[in-house]
Amino acid sequence: MPMSLNIKEIRKDFPILERETQSGVRLTYLDSTATSQKPLQVIEAMNDYYRRSNANIHRGVHTLAEEATAMYEGAREKIAKFINASSPREIIYTRNTTESINLVAYSWARANLKQGDLVILTEMEHHSNLVPWHMLQAERGIELDFIPVTDDGLLDLEVYKALLKRTPKLVSFTHMSNVLGTINPAGEIIRLGHEVGAIMLVDGAQSVPHLKVDVQALDADFYAFSAHKMCGPTGIGALHGKSALLEAMPPFMGGGDMIKEVKLRSFRPNTLPHKFEAGTPAIAEAVGFGVAVDYLTKIGMDDIAAHEHEITSYALERLEEIPGVKLFGPSADKKGGVAAFTLEGVHPHDVAQILDRDGIAVRAGHHCAQPLHEKFSIPATSRASFYLYSTKEEVDLLVNGLYKVKEMFG
Amino acid sequence: MDDLYREVIIEHYKNPGYRGKLDPHDISFADNNPLCGDHIQIDLRVDAGGVVTDARFDGHGCAISQASADLLIESVIGKPLEEIKKLNKDDLLELLGIELGPVRLKCALLSLKVLKAGVYGLGEASDSLVE
Ligand SMILES: Cc1ncc(COP(=O)(O)O)c(C=O)c1O
Repeated sequence: MPMSLNIKEIRKDFPILERETQSGVRLTYLDSTATSQKPLQVIEAMNDYYRRSNANIHRGVHTLAEEATAMYEGAREKIAKFINASSPREIIYTRNTTESINLVAYSWARANLKQGDLVILTEMEHHSNLVPWHMLQAERGIELDFIPVTDDGLLDLEVYKALLKRTPKLVSFTHMSNVLGTINPAGEIIRLGHEVGAIMLVDGAQSVPHLKVDVQALDADFYAFSAHKMCGPTGIGALHGKSALLEAMPPFMGGGDMIKEVKLRSFRPNTLPHKFEAGTPAIAEAVGFGVAVDYLTKIGMDDIAAHEHEITSYALERLEEIPGVKLFGPSADKKGGVAAFTLEGVHPHDVAQILDRDGIAVRAGHHCAQPLHEKFSIPATSRASFYLYSTKEEVDLLVNGLYKVKEMFG
Repeated sequence: MDDLYREVIIEHYKNPGYRGKLDPHDISFADNNPLCGDHIQIDLRVDAGGVVTDARFDGHGCAISQASADLLIESVIGKPLEEIKKLNKDDLLELLGIELGPVRLKCALLSLKVLKAGVYGLGEASDSLVE
């Protein structure tokens, strides 16, 4: 039975939530899907790292180098545990989800896909899980096909099953949509893909921050996510890969740290996970990432998901009451903390701009999912999104704000 | 009340005087703002002396982009093309009568970019046209 979160205490960890956007107007942050806010624990851990422990990692023998290395590798262990990876060797640090997907596209895909090979994506993908495959298509002549999105914002699994008859080499899909909020049945999608021998890559940018993710139970081959959407810093993310796959893959970038031995005319790559981490990495960010994972673990992912579900249900209910509001995506039981909507007669940019005068931060645009918006024949939506620190009062402020927008455009 | 959405902007957005297309026309050009998906098409009729005799805009987007297009079109009818070539950012902001941050400035300037690219007969509407 999930416990309800102590939001008052949690909000004290996020000093930014107390700031004003103009004199007398307090911030209402409803844009966590773009990036989450960071708790003091993370901010202070990164600060402490720079004040006390900063040194370059690996190879160094002095105290600070050892300390920094232990912190960098310790964070990897926490991250591995957080998603139940079988070993920290399977966690590759990257800059973000985008780089994690590109790592698979450059290393695994260029070594394994040839002209005519089929890659299946979905119509609800973020640009970061479309463009790397467009680029590979242009270079290699691979084929792309897409699992369609139904009118109520779900993946059409019947079409997926039909597509699988064409034996794709790779299926890459988002666990949770950053626009519709849809939580896709990742376990089932992976099981079906494995039946025809496809490699399964999951974009976990939105799922890891909000749901309990177990990569072994899911049996994902690759799983990509970003620290900045889960209370951690920008500039760092991770790719989880099954070690057998990672072992067989060629390195992604070449340079220091990713090598075992370098001769003038040749090199031997390092072992996992270092093989994929060339150059001095984002060390302070890795430390912050580890602390973010500690923070979320301590509060409890099940309780966080339950809280977000409560806020999202309330938000959908309240938004639906407003005449002229059209919501996109499935009902609250099938989605995470995202509410994308249009307001009749008012462009989303105007909605966002007018809400901003009351300190309410929502996003307007295509949210890096242009094909999805085209599918629904709209150029843009406004999007409010929620996280562990969101409150029903904030939803009420949003709703009042939208009534003001309507009045202005009357 | 906030300057950005002063009544004249909302009025031109909701009830534009010059929305539509001209068929036939002498000049027609269209472009998007990739950031917002705003879209503007401008059609012009021009007489033998190079003076704009009629103009319309069409498209979709935020209040700023659409109101700015309507105000701009209203102001160029009766103007020689040579004068339109000289229009810049400040002229448009004066028409709108508001101050804009960098993001919304792009919305406001889209119509001027499209107009100038059309008048110069260019293949593409670049930012340098309105600086
Ligand atoms: C579903 C999804 N995939 C991928 C990304 C890209 O994440 P990042 O910008 O951190 O690489 C995002 C972030 O907006 C996202 O929401």
